[in-house]
Amino acid sequence: MNEMTQPYIPAKAAPVSWFGFAIRHRASLASVVVLIFPMVMPFTALAVNILIYGLYALGFNLVYGYLGLLSFGHAALFGTGAYLCGIAIVHFALPWYLAIAIGIAGGLLMAALMGVLAIRTRGIYFAMVTMALSQCVYYLFYQAVDWTGGENGLRGINVRVVDILGLKLDFINPLTRYYVIAAFVIAAFFVLSRILASPFGAVIEAVRENETRARASGYDVTLTRLIAFVLSGGFCGLAGALQALHLSIVPIEILHYDTSGIVVMIALLGGMGTFFGPMIGAAAFLLLENLVSLWTVHWQLIVGAIFMVCVLFFPRGIWGTLIARGKP
Amino acid sequence: MAGLSLDLIALQLFAGLALGAIYVLFAIGLSLIFGMLTVVNFAHGAFYMVGAYVGVYILSLGGNFWICLVAVPVAVGLFGVLVERFLIRPLYGRGIDYPLLLTFGLSYVMVELVRIAFGKTGYPFDTPEILQGAVDIGVGYFPLYRLFVIGATAMVLLARWLFLEKTSFGLIIRAGARDPQIVRVLGVDVARVWLIVFGIGTAIAGFAGLLAAPLQGVIPEMGGTILAEAFVVTVVGGMGSIGGAVLAGLLVGVVVSMTSLFAPEMGKVSIFALMAVVLIVRPQGFFGRAGLMS
Repeated sequence: MNEMTQPYIPAKAAPVSWFGFAIRHRASLASVVVLIFPMVMPFTALAVNILIYGLYALGFNLVYGYLGLLSFGHAALFGTGAYLCGIAIVHFALPWYLAIAIGIAGGLLMAALMGVLAIRTRGIYFAMVTMALSQCVYYLFYQAVDWTGGENGLRGINVRVVDILGLKLDFINPLTRYYVIAAFVIAAFFVLSRILASPFGAVIEAVRENETRARASGYDVTLTRLIAFVLSGGFCGLAGALQALHLSIVPIEILHYDTSGIVVMIALLGGMGTFFGPMIGAAAFLLLENLVSLWTVHWQLIVGAIFMVCVLFFPRGIWGTLIARGKP
Repeated sequence: MAGLSLDLIALQLFAGLALGAIYVLFAIGLSLIFGMLTVVNFAHGAFYMVGAYVGVYILSLGGNFWICLVAVPVAVGLFGVLVERFLIRPLYGRGIDYPLLLTFGLSYVMVELVRIAFGKTGYPFDTPEILQGAVDIGVGYFPLYRLFVIGATAMVLLARWLFLEKTSFGLIIRAGARDPQIVRVLGVDVARVWLIVFGIGTAIAGFAGLLAAPLQGVIPEMGGTILAEAFVVTVVGGMGSIGGAVLAGLLVGVVVSMTSLFAPEMGKVSIFALMAVVLIVRPQGFFGRAGLMS
């Protein structure tokens, strides 16, 4: 009996697990969580921070988790988004939505510049080159005092009212501010989910899993990496722009090496290569940082130690560990 | 430009070599560890910083600089051995990113511990008396201590070469870098070799920190800046190549020093521009093997 004559047996439907459900409706589910988050989280300012850093980690995770390249220079993408958004408002008095668009464009452009150089190296060198390049961006913004305020940071990004199609929203009100920012984050969820579900998303993961095989299958590995890195820059640029609006100042520390490091910690803590990981990681990291800094100024000691414990014993992170448990 | 004499440029060149010597020391430790263990030590800057602080501590106990020159590498190296044994060893075989991430977390812990022990503000570090002053090197007077730094670096390079090329243990290390599997089959305890290599690499980092202390002062954050710059050295020179690390380290030092003469605000940016050019023209670096990196 050859294969053709075999009776058709419909594949048994996989047992529906809540993980399967969560993965299928990942963007919607994440959006719902973001929408009800302020109701369980009394400190709205912290909730906004979690949103922004979660978005930043979401962009980072596209490169580290899905593409498999460890970048230590994402601060440059985040910071460029923040600075360009701020410059658009402070120096050109542009409306907030244009400033955000410019921030995203800045993140994309900076990622393209860094990507073209860094993609030429691979593996572990990628971490070193991206870190060095972001240090270069730090010095450049630091020196451009007329545009960026140098050491003092870029001040005076005052957006009090956010108007959408004639609707004026009070951006000073913490809860309104949260939901304005949440709208952008939710949009990013859907865009990212769409990218990952597309054939290009499959190629990204193919490159991570087996570069040689992906190349043999006719995919341009270098170009795939570059495009994924640039897309990541767009998400990080948006996160940076939102951060500028939220803080109403862009401190020079936003480009610092620590900002690149924090996002690595967040992604690993939440679970790299998972859709919900970055947001969960951002919530866990920022809550932890807030709690620890309540009783000691040396929170970096505790955070660094917890990070080491994670690397040693829980490399899959919070969400990654849950997924591994949930799988049959 | 007219006000700049040739002598001034020559002096600046020598100053660049002294700065470059620190980069060379830092980079060969990094390169040694990577070459043998394939671990990118993100805590290398923290070991460098700890080296300077151990020096501060020894001086505060009444010791002198010459005691520091011996005690600092020993102390930092022993600490490195402990780190390898208890933190990095469990991660072998789990992917190249994990030791990197672990040492990154470790650098936070080390910097914060130093802040707790010594405070957030920095310490000045006096140049030892006998090395104060300047000597005439033909083109003008050059600080004696900087000459000493160049000389000490040359000594470390020589010692390193003798150790790796002329001793039987060095032979094992070189073989282990080539193929750890075969070396293990031949009955060598590779884990012990890696332990010692990590110790030596971190000891050199501590030594570099001590040498840099009189030049730059001592602050808890001193390791973070040099780490990024050492990555530039590594990329320019080609990872795993000692010749590359030496040449690129000196080159980076001279480039920083020369740019700060002509365009002070661009001093730091110039070395990253150098890296960008090298990445475009020769992605594997001066002496790097093609394919290892690109």
